[in-house]
Amino acid sequence: MLLRHTPIEISARGALTINPAKTCQPVGAMYAALGIHKCLPHSHGSQGCCAYHRSALTRHYKDPVMATTSSFTEGASVFGGQANLLDSISNVFALYDPDVIAVHTTCLSEVIGDDMSQIIAKAEREGKIPRGKRVFHANTPSFKGSHVTGFANMVQGMVSACATRSEGPRRHVNLIPGFVEPSDMAEIRRIVEVMGVRHILFPDTSEVVNGPLTGKFRMYPRGGTTLADLTRSGDGLFTVGLGRAASTPAAKLLDTKCKVPCEVLELPIGVRATDAFVDTLRKVAGVHVPEALTVERGQTVDVMADMLQYFHGKTVALAGDPDHLLPLAQFLADLDMRVLYAVTGTPTGPRFERRMREVAGGDVVVRQGPGADLFLLHQLIKNRKPDLLFGNTYAKYIARDEGVPLLRMGFPIYDRVGHQYFPIVGYRGALRLLERMLNVILDQQDRDAPEESFELVM
Amino acid sequence: MIEILDARKAQVLRTGSDSQALVCDRASVAGSVSQRACVFCGARVVLYPIADALHLVHGPVGCAAYTWDIRGALSSGPELHRLSFSTDLREQDVVHGGERKLERALRELITRYKPNAAFVYATCIAGLIGDDVDAVCRHVAADVGFPVLAVHSAGFGGTKKDGYAAACAALEKIVGSVEAPTAPLSINVLGDFNVAGESWIVKDYYRRMGVNVVACLTGDGRVAEVQRAHTAQLNLVQCSGSMTPLAKRLEERYGTPWKRVSYFGLEDTAAALYEVARFFGGDELLARTAELVRGETEAVLPEIERCRAGLTDRRAAVYVGGAFKAFSLVRALRRLGMVTAVVGSQTGNRDDYEHLRSICDEGTIIVDDTNPLELARFCLEQDVDLLIGGVKERPIAYKLGIAFCDHNHERKRPLAGFVGMGNFCREVYASVLSPVWDLAPARAGRAAARATQ
Repeated sequence: MLLRHTPIEISARGALTINPAKTCQPVGAMYAALGIHKCLPHSHGSQGCCAYHRSALTRHYKDPVMATTSSFTEGASVFGGQANLLDSISNVFALYDPDVIAVHTTCLSEVIGDDMSQIIAKAEREGKIPRGKRVFHANTPSFKGSHVTGFANMVQGMVSACATRSEGPRRHVNLIPGFVEPSDMAEIRRIVEVMGVRHILFPDTSEVVNGPLTGKFRMYPRGGTTLADLTRSGDGLFTVGLGRAASTPAAKLLDTKCKVPCEVLELPIGVRATDAFVDTLRKVAGVHVPEALTVERGQTVDVMADMLQYFHGKTVALAGDPDHLLPLAQFLADLDMRVLYAVTGTPTGPRFERRMREVAGGDVVVRQGPGADLFLLHQLIKNRKPDLLFGNTYAKYIARDEGVPLLRMGFPIYDRVGHQYFPIVGYRGALRLLERMLNVILDQQDRDAPEESFELVM
Repeated sequence: MIEILDARKAQVLRTGSDSQALVCDRASVAGSVSQRACVFCGARVVLYPIADALHLVHGPVGCAAYTWDIRGALSSGPELHRLSFSTDLREQDVVHGGERKLERALRELITRYKPNAAFVYATCIAGLIGDDVDAVCRHVAADVGFPVLAVHSAGFGGTKKDGYAAACAALEKIVGSVEAPTAPLSINVLGDFNVAGESWIVKDYYRRMGVNVVACLTGDGRVAEVQRAHTAQLNLVQCSGSMTPLAKRLEERYGTPWKRVSYFGLEDTAAALYEVARFFGGDELLARTAELVRGETEAVLPEIERCRAGLTDRRAAVYVGGAFKAFSLVRALRRLGMVTAVVGSQTGNRDDYEHLRSICDEGTIIVDDTNPLELARFCLEQDVDLLIGGVKERPIAYKLGIAFCDHNHERKRPLAGFVGMGNFCREVYASVLSPVWDLAPARAGRAAARATQ
């Protein structure tokens, strides 16, 4: 047993994280930047940060992940990283010819105090940024927030640098999908298209990190929001942000900067959250919900009804990002399942805990921020074992030691495929979640049932 | 010749047509998509396999998260190294310093896990915010009575090689901290990390020869073995980049001679065993070694011949961390009838590249510190069937419709030793001759072209 040292007694730990349920901001910023077409993410820090983030994303997507680095040296740590970034900007445009460079900081460049706006302005003045090209940035200190915060900051950085309000008509809805998989982003786009709503979705990593095998290596794959669309986001009729932690800063900034009103909803995971998403789109775009979507919804609810006896009363432990956990907990509650524990390493406000209790009941144990790690979740599970566990690949140690089936969700997933291609958002995504949970529950029943009650029809 | 950034031209050469020496050992161009990592990465990979030591990463959470159990360095006993411990420095720690937090974390972990040593990795900002990690380690070590060592691994302090040196410096402090008699016919194996169980294979060969392996540094490592390592009569250094600094220091301190070896491929493995036999001398030892080499080679040859039949004249690209591994791979590929058309490393030095030039066929591209765009172009230009590399290279090969073999952290079967050569052959064969490539656009076109020839 790999985790044989985990004691059942839970004691306070102030200074220490064991088996984290989060990672640092820059990887989220890098992922967000990949969702812009012909954008090259740039890591302003030591070479290793960039290598680690690229490796982590490559393992998760099994696709090439391109990013550049300022390659800090001892000198840069003393005199500041300005020269490295200026050189980088020149070299990146000369060598790789992207439309955009999206710079994110690291703990190192933050502590040194490099002023990104000033350095980028200097690059502009010195003619290092070719005409029509763009460099934008996000401050992503690794000692604050988590990978989710990094994603949110980079999306906000996109708005800050690119969104522009013109005098033209306002016809489209902006959609900010949150820190979700490329498959989810594509599904969000599909729902909006089915509803006939003009839209700009940003960022959009579909067909960037889940590209086809073509026999060619593309530095810049087909997918991604174009710089032109990003600029036009300032002319939106309305912005729908999905996921409070990941999408609020950008949605709010579009409002204050370009006077595009916004609403931030939960990620459309499960029926209710998807209903809220669809309903909001209906209202702000003035469209009807098409029959096709109503049918999808009906099919999903139909399966929930068909199989309710297998879900009823099952207990669940959740580890993941706050934006995923809240709507998922609601969906589980709608299935009459019970969430025992919800753990996220991402620091969130008291609202998260309050909302989690609203949907999952007053008994749910909620832990967030520093100290809320997979070691703690393991201790909780030792105290009371759930029927199911949702978490990323690292939860598999707990699953194995405690004999709890794991449903993989979140970042990173290093040991299975599917998340790149099959969404969990929308009615179709809910259907997939139902199928995955049922497979686990029913396989277990088939395996463990005594022979006389081993059932053919379930 | 394909387009290469001017600043990089000196880091690429073609055997036969280019006669200049390859420029290497330079920092990556700022703004390049380098495949290289940092000081911390180097230190972490070397020390990580010591399974009964505590590995605490002092810094923000990322460095601990990205190195959490990603390398399959197996342990036959304790598995403390597979957990992720971090001080998870937050904004207030950056302002007020993280020393107290570090000390509390260390003491709590030591109480909880009772390790035999502790390594504290000081990452980028630990020094910048003024933490005296050495002092904290000394303070705690005085109370606990075992080595508690700071590993200075700020990412910006150099390259991965400097990280290897930092790890070697930490190991050096542990070696010799207990007294033990020198055993006859005793060696240490340096630079094998027991990825997929490779150290076990190597140790088993020496055991069967009658040679005592005092310590393997650091595969399936234990603190007690490291402490006794000074009693060995010979140090073998595999993976040239990482452990040479330690071998040199042990030679200075204890007069222990050292030799470079490799356990990849039949010839190199046999040479590594004979090297030891010749060092100690004696007909019996030599006879036992010869018998072992013969038996093991005979056992794996049929498999190699089977694979060779399908792989003859196929072309390969090799891009690995250390150049010494590249030497072995060029030879191993030749044994399979394959041609190495592109070969490069992240950290090779001038001598390494000269040696590569001497063993490669004419027209081979040799490259230092490449990037994905270059590598993809070289692969297409040289029309290779196989790329050998690590995690970041794998999807590039697959997108091109080219077979791949992981010769890095993520290999799942041991590739070392005679038995490892058998695994290597099977893996290369399975990937190169996979029917999947018939469905991939580029390869399907090529297969059709071949058929009409």
